[in-house]
Amino acid sequence: MAEISVVLPSVLQPLAGGQSVLTTPADGAVTVGRLLDSVTGTYPVLARRLRDETGALRRYVNIYVNGEEVRRLRGLETEVSAGQEVLIIQSVAGG
Amino acid sequence: MGFMNASESFVLAIGTKKGLWLATSQDRKQWSFSGPHFLMSEVPSIGIDTRDGRTRIMVGVRSEHWGPYVAHSDDLGASWTEPEQGAIKFPEGTDAAVERIWQIYPDAESRPGVVWAGAEPISVWKSTDGGEHFELNRGLWDHPHRSEWGAGYGGAAAHSIVVNPSGDKVHVAMSTGGVYRSLDGGTSWEPRNKGISAYFMPDPNPEFGQCVHKIAADAAVEGRLYAQNHHGVYRTDDNAENWESIAEGLPADFGFVMLTHPRRAGTAWVVPLKADGERIPPDGKLAVHRTDDAGSTWKRLDSGLPQSEFNAVLRDAASVDSAEPAGVYFGTRGGAVYASADEGETFAEVASHLPDVLCVRAAVVAGAPVAAGTGA
Repeated sequence: MAEISVVLPSVLQPLAGGQSVLTTPADGAVTVGRLLDSVTGTYPVLARRLRDETGALRRYVNIYVNGEEVRRLRGLETEVSAGQEVLIIQSVAGG
Repeated sequence: MGFMNASESFVLAIGTKKGLWLATSQDRKQWSFSGPHFLMSEVPSIGIDTRDGRTRIMVGVRSEHWGPYVAHSDDLGASWTEPEQGAIKFPEGTDAAVERIWQIYPDAESRPGVVWAGAEPISVWKSTDGGEHFELNRGLWDHPHRSEWGAGYGGAAAHSIVVNPSGDKVHVAMSTGGVYRSLDGGTSWEPRNKGISAYFMPDPNPEFGQCVHKIAADAAVEGRLYAQNHHGVYRTDDNAENWESIAEGLPADFGFVMLTHPRRAGTAWVVPLKADGERIPPDGKLAVHRTDDAGSTWKRLDSGLPQSEFNAVLRDAASVDSAEPAGVYFGTRGGAVYASADEGETFAEVASHLPDVLCVRAAVVAGAPVAAGTGA
């Protein structure tokens, strides 16, 4: 079965057992929200770094699908196809 | 815990805009530092819990990117634990998310394991397992006034929690909203702001809406509390039924800090700032003021403090310890931290050039000083 990969920034890798890439099997398209549910299911601390308890993506967490930030697409409803790679990158913020 | 002996030492925790520093000392003069812990995250709240025969340091951490959480250490910072399911999060149905944890308040010695937290959005939380899991206080969350509470510059938060020795009376201060009191251990809440001015509102004496910056309970007189308000310093002797001004004798009635003595009645400390529109020490000269008579008179304390200082001291960036005489500690937004081992009579600078100091807590702990690690 094909996979979808999620690439983590180095600062979050310790929360995923040191992995830089999390993968989930997929035989079709899934939404970014479902994808996050799947890859962070066994890493609840990592899940909370990305989304708050209402499920909303944290303001300065950017997720890229095909090079496009998902807020410019359909947010967490954006669909990702099998075989694609998703990037999680913290935005430039703070002082 | 009151008096020092050879098997005790001091812990000083400094939460800043960019991480936490910890220090230990045997004499409150020489401090051994570790940090930064949680580098690049702010640490606006700290609770040092010395009950139950151990020292647990709890911290409210917030990353601009990755959000807020509560972590704790039982080994003076050598290692930190963040509960896997999260210590503090709004339950389903509230449609709210924790923005920042403003206060972590270990309850009385007689109620080990009980820890309160105050958060943004305005909410109060209670843990019965030493801060590993907090439950939302529904009485305050569902209060009909909620929609009328506002946000101060720093955000809308419950920032002060004071519980009386028997545990039935709980006072909470929020910005903005004022003081709310529960007489049933936190089940139901009523505003109690009579006598506290809200000069920035159309009715300057509203039932609620005041911008109380900090409240603290008198150590020995039940029912007596002190408040540093957004302009105004007050005392109540009747569990907040009535507040009266005790600002006379201070160089300014603005400021954020209110500390009370660990044991002695009538003793409290404030750090005045000039005004809402001029948030610097009056005349650019930093000084702590202490009352020993419940606010009738104030004594200026500036020995050991810099000649010139233009940084503010924030509401939780000050603490007392429980030793005899009590230690007084505070930090500035300029990253300086001062410590006094004699109730404020003389200060020494114990840290300089840190990021903005948001929270300072100090405690007497069992055991000799430990060289804390540099984890997290």
